[in-house]
This record gives sequence, structure tokens and C-alpha cells, in this order.
Amino acid sequence: MAVDIKSGQSISLRKGYDVRLVGEAKGKPSHLQVNRFGISPYSFNGISPIPKVVVEVGQSVQAGDPLFFDKVRPGIHYVAPVSGEVIEINRGAKRSIASVVILADKQNQHKVFNVPSIDADRGKIIAFMCESGLWVHLNERPFDQVPSVETIPTNIFVSTFDTGPLAPDYELIIEGDEAAFKTGLDVLSKLTDGKVILGLDGKNKNTKFGSFKNAVTNWFSGPHPAGNVGVQIHHVAPISHHKSVWTLGVQDVLTIGKMWTTGKYDASRIVAVAGHVKNPMYAKTYLGASVADLIHGQLENGSFRFISGDALSGKQIDGDGYLHFRDDQLTVLKEGKDFEMFGWLVPMKARPSISKTFLSSIFGKKEFDVTTNSHGEKRAFVETGKMESVLPMNIYPQHLMKAILAQDIEKMEGLGIYELTEEDVALCEFVDSSKNPVQSMLRDGLNYIKEQG
Amino acid sequence: MALIDFFRKIEPDKKKSPLLHTAYDAFFTFLYVPDTVTKGGAHIKDGMDLKRLMTMVVLALTLCYLYGTYNVGHQHFIAMGQYPEFWDGFHLKLVFGLIKVLPIYIVSMVVGLGIEFYFAAKKGHAVEEGYLVTGALIPLVMPPDIPLWILSLAVIFAVIIGKEAFGGTGMNIWNVALLARVFIFFAYPLSISGDQVWVSGFEKIAEGASTHYGWIHNVFNGIFGSFGWETFKPGTIVDGFSGATPLALAYNGGWEKVTSVFSEHNLLWGAIPGSIGETSKVLILIGALFLVVTKVASWRIMLGMILGAIGTTFLLNAIGTTPFMTVTWHQHFLMGSFLFAMAFMATDPVTAASTNKGKWIYGILIGFLGMIIRVMNPAYPEGWMLAILLMNTFAPTIDYFVIDSNIKKRLSRG
Repeated sequence: MAVDIKSGQSISLRKGYDVRLVGEAKGKPSHLQVNRFGISPYSFNGISPIPKVVVEVGQSVQAGDPLFFDKVRPGIHYVAPVSGEVIEINRGAKRSIASVVILADKQNQHKVFNVPSIDADRGKIIAFMCESGLWVHLNERPFDQVPSVETIPTNIFVSTFDTGPLAPDYELIIEGDEAAFKTGLDVLSKLTDGKVILGLDGKNKNTKFGSFKNAVTNWFSGPHPAGNVGVQIHHVAPISHHKSVWTLGVQDVLTIGKMWTTGKYDASRIVAVAGHVKNPMYAKTYLGASVADLIHGQLENGSFRFISGDALSGKQIDGDGYLHFRDDQLTVLKEGKDFEMFGWLVPMKARPSISKTFLSSIFGKKEFDVTTNSHGEKRAFVETGKMESVLPMNIYPQHLMKAILAQDIEKMEGLGIYELTEEDVALCEFVDSSKNPVQSMLRDGLNYIKEQG
Repeated sequence: MALIDFFRKIEPDKKKSPLLHTAYDAFFTFLYVPDTVTKGGAHIKDGMDLKRLMTMVVLALTLCYLYGTYNVGHQHFIAMGQYPEFWDGFHLKLVFGLIKVLPIYIVSMVVGLGIEFYFAAKKGHAVEEGYLVTGALIPLVMPPDIPLWILSLAVIFAVIIGKEAFGGTGMNIWNVALLARVFIFFAYPLSISGDQVWVSGFEKIAEGASTHYGWIHNVFNGIFGSFGWETFKPGTIVDGFSGATPLALAYNGGWEKVTSVFSEHNLLWGAIPGSIGETSKVLILIGALFLVVTKVASWRIMLGMILGAIGTTFLLNAIGTTPFMTVTWHQHFLMGSFLFAMAFMATDPVTAASTNKGKWIYGILIGFLGMIIRVMNPAYPEGWMLAILLMNTFAPTIDYFVIDSNIKKRLSRG
């Protein structure tokens, strides 16, 4: 089983496309006054829709106090990112819990944890992580879900750079926190029989992430999605049948590491506020920050869409919503609810495209000011080879989609559905001239497989 | 915004008159990109949609249309020994060509799109843009004298049996434009093969046969006369003119026989008799290049087909028992519809193989089969139509094996 995993490989990927948009976050991260923080069960795939909320409106909590748990797995806590007063427990469709909202204290108070030694046995560390809210920072693939405590992952992967549109620069984020990151990696290596594997940015040979000796490191260069952890897994140690790997974001590793270096549940986050805002910037705040607070005074007139994550695979959130659990980017886009005369033939404004039929794509325009217009309506699959050209994996996405439509599980598995998640096929959806909802089709396929057991 | 307000006001009711609404929707979305925004998934989308994609192919065909139309007139006058220089009698050749080609184009579009609109309304879908290309391709592969009723039948057959029966755009197995042509080829062979059909405007193609002008030519004679220009005058086909195409000549006497009638210059630029749009090799190559550069058509299929055809020609050259077998590959490329089939027919993404490896195999096999049919089979003067339709049939099989090897590789990882 133990596949030999090489370190120090330089993997150069040719397929893909960098979607370059205006409004990249710039400058040093600065403190931003955010008052409200929300944790939403919707951030987690596969959680039961009505988790047990253990706090009441008006109750005070400290950072690290449990807010709710999944009734199926009661030991795994979802905890408060900051201290303060619980002011809202919002419900969505069918009485599901939409979010638990905390009005933050001016001075963050942390719950005191009795942190086990890093050399404690695996079971002890896992029990502690479940209780302290660290466990839910882990993400299990396939299916992108919080892992069950029984699983032992084949490997644990962390991508240290993000190639998505307007993505944050993790070099800025790790600055000053290298020790906590290193400790985080040590903790993770306790959890797997395999390796902890970092994907490094091949375009940045001086990356700070290159110095961690307690993990396997490989370099990836190429256009988006080279920074996607799914692509990196595919090239280093692909997910096999019925075996799972875990993935984490850089800031999740920091949260885990800081528990051991400081004894606190530290959910501080540096968030890129990017896109169609007056001043794209990096904000120092905490996990689950309120969108309204993040964009305070940042909007011009007009109708905007707020996206937790990037413009290709992020989730749309309301203006009074909160960033999702695993996201450290808020993208603001102009809504494109406009008719455009002959826009399909002679567009009024440059728009990104992988085809070479636009003047802007021939002359290599640098950055695009995009809207959410779909530039055409849904049609049957016609073009071929286009999705493959932006997916740097040995996978046939269009055939996989057809297998999903046909609900042919054997074929879905054979065509590699377990190696993919929404963000990996986001570019496929972007380029598809027939405008099919590729990401939600993929999720439907994954859900179907899960339902059928 | 006044114009769009007007258009939105006249939108017919979808329930009461579905056909009218479908037609309205097709024209409205042609005029305006709809205001649909992304919902979930990718929040931004590539500027390319099916309309634009299809229009790119139509654009690539434009030169073939312009040249083909003029060449119909040019061939007509050549047969009479009049205006032998290409640009002589420009207005006569152009008008003669337009009189022939425009009705063919209109019939192809009206009949085909009419069926598409009907089925779209029935299914409650928007009209898919695929027929824009099919409808533009069909006239280009027709002889200029094709009777319009036969053309209509062919389009009806191709669109209903070949496309809608399979579920419409994106679902068909065979190339719809070629299906229209093959229908005529088997149902009305005399109107699309032999020496008689490639030069138009005569009662028949034989020495001394006289021209066949109609009322419309007289109308234009009136206009031209009022400017003091030359007019359409009755004439006869000159001695020694056979109407034979280069392929028919090559079959009988190899390359020498071809060049005794047509110069290489004319073969290259296309001043030869043939189907309307497939004679000019240079302009077809320009169109092909456009499709490759814009990434609209697959270069793998095109290159595969070229390699397959060249390889097969070498094989045939080595055997060399008939005059046609001795024709070299670059001579082959100057004759017939190889390049047109390569650029515009084989590359149809719906009916071609859909995997990159599959596209190579598909292209190479078309090149091989088409060349074999062209050279070896006296019953079929040209092989590409049948070769492409045959490989259309096998494209899913090719893909199946490519996909299957991907699946096996993944499963073998354990």
C-alpha cells in the first residue's frame, strides 16, 4: 500500500488558464474592524441539516467554546472563532440551521485548553482535536467532508499557493507565523501513516514554504488550477479506490499549530477583499467574518455579487452573510443582468476567453473587468476537448459528466470522480461554450454515489 | 434602450403560441445577448457561446462562398468559350453565380431552420445554433444545377432522420450536411455525379448544347443594357468540352490527363468545375487556418487526416498498377474535395471522436479510407463523404477504447 512518495519533484503543468481580473488585493495585511462573525453548517458537506446548537441567543462564549455539533457525530465540536455574545441563530429552508452569529468582544477571550503533548498517542490527539474544534478544519477527499475519527488518511496534502482569480498570496499570510505552521505540520504527521505533503509554487523559488523539512515538498508550475490541491494530489499520489486523503488550507494548519504553540484556539485569518471594490486589500480578522463589515465603505453604486472564495468556484453569499469556514477570500463582482446588442458577435467590453476569437485574447489583455453575465444560454454539449484543455489531470471531464448524467457509478469511478471536487472542474465550467453547470453536476454525481453506498 | 423595450413588449406568449415564441426567442437572442447571470458554480463565464462558435465556422466559410458563387458563373462562360480570363465579364459571372447559389442557400436555410424551430417549440427548448453551420455547409457541397426540390428533400431527410430523431443538436451520430449530400447521392445519383452536373446553365453538357436562361437573366439584361454593359447572350458549348472533373480525368488517365485540361494554377486557386464551395484550395486552407488559430476546430483531426491520406498515397504509389495509383499526394490534394472535407466536415465536434487520442485515430482513418475509396472504387468518384460518414459511425467506438484504457489504468492503481 505504501506507495513511495518522492520529494522535491518539479511538476510543470501546461493545461489550464489564468483568469486575470481587476481588483487584486494589495499591500500589507491591516486590522479591519469586524464586529460580527458567523459559523454556518452549510460550509460543511454531508453534515446533517439540523445540527444540535448548544448555545442560546444572549449567551457569552469564548473563542473555542462549542457552538453546535452534528447529532450523528456528537463528539466533534464546531466552535466559536472569537469571544463575544451569541446574537442570532438563523434558520434556513426546512428549519435547517443557517448560521450562528457572534457579536465579538473588543478583546478576544480564549477558552483554556489542556493541550496534550505533541508526542501523545494518536487517539489522544484526535480526541483533543474533536473537542477543541480543530478536527473540523480537516477536509476529507473524496467528497470534501469532515473526516470520521476512525479513518486514517493515506496522506495529508496542503497546497501553499492559490492560482485562482484574485486569490490571496500565502507568502504574506505565513509571514511571522512560520513556527506555528511547522508545529501544525508536526501535528498532522501524527494523524497519517503516510506523509504530509506540501505543494509549492514553482514560479517562486524563494517561497517561505520551501524551508519546512518536516514535510514532503513538491514544486508545481503552470496556469490555474496548478495551485489546486486536487491537481497536486493527482500528480503526487493519486487518490485510490476507497481510500481517502485529507487536505487543509494554509491558515487551517496555522490554527492547529497555534493550539500547540500558544494553547489557544486561534482562528485569526488574513482575508483578501478583492474584485470590484474601491480598495482591494488584505484584512486581518477572524474566521467567518461578516461581509457587510469587510466591505464597509468599499462599494460603488450598482448591483453586486458577494462570493466567499474565488470567482470560479466560490459560494455566493448575501451582503449580510459571512465568509465560509474554509475561505480566506471575498470576491465582489458586478452583476451582469444586462442585455447586450449583438454581444455574442461584437462584445462591447473585453472578456476573458480561452478561445482566440476575441481581440483581447489575441493581444493578451492583462486584466479583465468582468460581470456575472453568462454570455450565452445553456445548450447541449457540442464542443469537445475544451474541458480537457483546462484540466491538468489524466481525466476526461466531459465523459465523466455524461456518466454522471447517466448515473453510471462504475463509469464515474473509472473516470476518476473521486479525484475531483468543485474547484478542480470550475475552469471546465468557465470555458464550456454550452454553459453547462459542471460543478453542480459533479456534486450531484458524488452525492449519488454516497446515497447508493 | 428604446429598441429593446419595443422587442420585449412584442414577446409572444409561450403557452398560447409556442412556435411563435420559439421563433421570437431565436431572433431576440440573436439580436441581444440575454441578461442571464450565472447561478451557483462558476460566477464568471468565458465569452464564447455556441452562437459565437458557430458563427466563427460560418465566417471561415465566407471566402468559399464568395469565390464559389463567382466560379459558378466563370465555369458557365468557360464552357461557351467566352470571357476565358478569370476577371473578364465580372458582372455577368457574378450575377449568374448569384442566381444559382442564392436560391440553394435560401432553400437550405429556410427548410432546415423551419424544422429546427418546429422541434424546438415542440420540446420547449431554445433553438440550438448547430444548423447555422449545417445550413451553410450544404450549399457548398452541392453541384450548382441541383434541383431545389431534391435539395429540400435532402435537407428534410438529414435534419429529421439524421438529427432530430437522435435528440437534436449535440446528439446526432452522422454529420448532418454530409447526410444531406449522401441522400441525394443514393436517391438521385444523376443530379450529383457524372460529368453532366458540374457546369450549370445548359440544357445538357455536350458539344453544341445551348444555354438555358430564364426570366431573371432577362431582368438583369435590362439592367445591364441600361448601363451599356454586356448582357447574357444565348450561346453553345464549345467543341471538345466534356464537363469532366479533375478526378474523373485522373481516374482514366492519371495526372497527365488532368493537366491536359486544367492547369495546376487553376486547380490550386479553384477555377475548375465542381461543387459550389470546394474548388479553391487556397481559400479553403485560409478558412482551415482560421479555425485552427481560433481553436474552433480540432487541428488533430485535420493533421491526422492529412497524414492518413499522404500515407495511403505512398502505399498506392508503390503499387502503381492503374494510372490513378501513380498520382502523388500533393497532386491528390489539388483535386476533389479532400481539403474541404478535412477543414469543415471531419472536424464537426458532435460527430467526430471526442477524445484527443481518438481524434488522431479518427482523422488518420478518414484519410486512409477516403483515399482508398477515391482511387480504388470506380463507382464513387470521391471518397471523403463516405469515409467521414463511416468514421462518424465508429467515432463512439474509438472513444470507447480510449476511455476504457483510461479507466483500466485508474483501476489498476488499486
